[in-house]
Amino acid sequence: MSTFMQFITTGLRLGSVYALIALGYTMVYGIIKLINFAHGDFIMVGGYTLFFTIPAFMKLGLPGWAAVFIAIIVCAVVGMLVELLAYRPVRKRGNNLTSLITAIAMSFILENLAQAIPAIGPDPRVPYMLFNNDIKIGSFSISVATLITIVVSAIIMIGLYQFTQKTKIGRAMRCVSEDKQAAVLMGINVNKVIIITFAIGAGLAAVAALMYIAQYPKVTTTMGATLGIYAFVSAVLGGIGSLPGAMLGGIIIGIVQSGTSTYISSSMADTFVYLILIVVLMVKPAGILGKNIGEKV
Amino acid sequence: MEDTRKTVLRTQHLGITFGGLKAVSDFNIEIKEGELVGLIGPNGAGKTTVFNLLTGVYKPTEGAIFLYDEKISGKKSHQVVQAGIARTFQNIRLFHQMTVIENVLVAFTKDVKYGLFSAIFRTPAFWKTEKELHEKAMELLKIFSLDDKADVVASNLPYGEQRKLEIARALATNMKVLLLDEPAAGMNPTETADLLKCIKVIREKFKVAILLIEHDMSLVMNVCERIQVISFGQTIAAGLPEEIANNQQVIEAYLGK
Repeated sequence: MSTFMQFITTGLRLGSVYALIALGYTMVYGIIKLINFAHGDFIMVGGYTLFFTIPAFMKLGLPGWAAVFIAIIVCAVVGMLVELLAYRPVRKRGNNLTSLITAIAMSFILENLAQAIPAIGPDPRVPYMLFNNDIKIGSFSISVATLITIVVSAIIMIGLYQFTQKTKIGRAMRCVSEDKQAAVLMGINVNKVIIITFAIGAGLAAVAALMYIAQYPKVTTTMGATLGIYAFVSAVLGGIGSLPGAMLGGIIIGIVQSGTSTYISSSMADTFVYLILIVVLMVKPAGILGKNIGEKV
Repeated sequence: MEDTRKTVLRTQHLGITFGGLKAVSDFNIEIKEGELVGLIGPNGAGKTTVFNLLTGVYKPTEGAIFLYDEKISGKKSHQVVQAGIARTFQNIRLFHQMTVIENVLVAFTKDVKYGLFSAIFRTPAFWKTEKELHEKAMELLKIFSLDDKADVVASNLPYGEQRKLEIARALATNMKVLLLDEPAAGMNPTETADLLKCIKVIREKFKVAILLIEHDMSLVMNVCERIQVISFGQTIAAGLPEEIANNQQVIEAYLGK
């Protein structure tokens, strides 16, 4: 029983982190049809920001987790800069392929920059451990980090969904994603909407970074690459462009990874993740919650 | 009788060239407050190009556009809309996956004051504004008898109602000039009659100036105060409906010599 509970909580925790990151992929894709490969590296930016700011906050007598607000701001600024300096100028002149290559380039640039700056890379850093005590419920114990990860992610996801459905900025985002030209002719500043989307997505990556380092206290310059791939797979599995899809995809990937590690072998975890991805895409090419848009004739 | 109404929209020698092809040249039009002007011409005459110029989708290669005394040519599309020009499309371009009321709410976006902070933290200002917007949107939908379908997804509306919603959405941008691009296209006679009524109501309620592109001649002759005819990008005639109907050049442009 306790093994089972362990598997579920670990799965949910991993899945919540993937989901938070997947939201960033899916939002940007939804709005400009770009797979932002640099998105994973925003986690790395968040991770290093936290590495420096958590001790500083604690020295000031503030709670260490509050440093996440600084990380959110730093990540949002980096996200907006990437859009402003790289994606927007390329998008204006090129096509989807040029944008995609730019995204891959941006990812390497961020990683290599981090490695080259002496204060940051190239060696891994060990951040301060947060939430490292356990809560016992009967015979079952759960770490505070796990609990916080699951609860905070759930709140953020519900909040974000409400944001896109009920606010003017959320509505504007959905318009831009459906028909940019018509959105412009409703007086919507499309570029502003796009940059807000980048800021929100990157901000979520900062939260994911906090959740992640609370569990695995190690920050490296390439940490975003692996995490990013899992999150990207989550977004595709759930149906890229769909927010609930990203959440669902993230949780499924987390549970599958944790289940395989618990009951079969941790070295098989990735095999199962990608097997499930392929099977789902064969049955539903647009992902679980994605809309199949058939060619209208 | 002297027309004392103020001019809302005015163009001066407006023209655009696409790689050597003059799509529109020396286009001059003046629309007064509350006036309904028709823009007609054979297929490919450049009518929709004029609309695209007026809304900033295309940048004119010559001439200028004025809204009241403000020069709006050269502005970005969303700024032109914010200045007060709204349009509908020849082929309906609603936000099909959104509900009827959301389509209208979207058009309010530029006038909504609350910022990102209020939206995220749901401040009282946010709730108050959203409530007001919903009421405003419902009022507008009522005029088009779409209020009972506010929560229907736009793509599920019948064709005629989609057209009406597009007009309602354009009106929601709080515009001074409304550009209607073939609003009766593909409509059956009942729907067209309904549309006519709609246009009359809009003019009474909103006192807006309207520029109308239309192929349905009976509709054009029926509602327009003045008509301007273009063919191959050139204005070939302008005047009252009865003058246009008897103009030899216009008849030739439509039917050939």
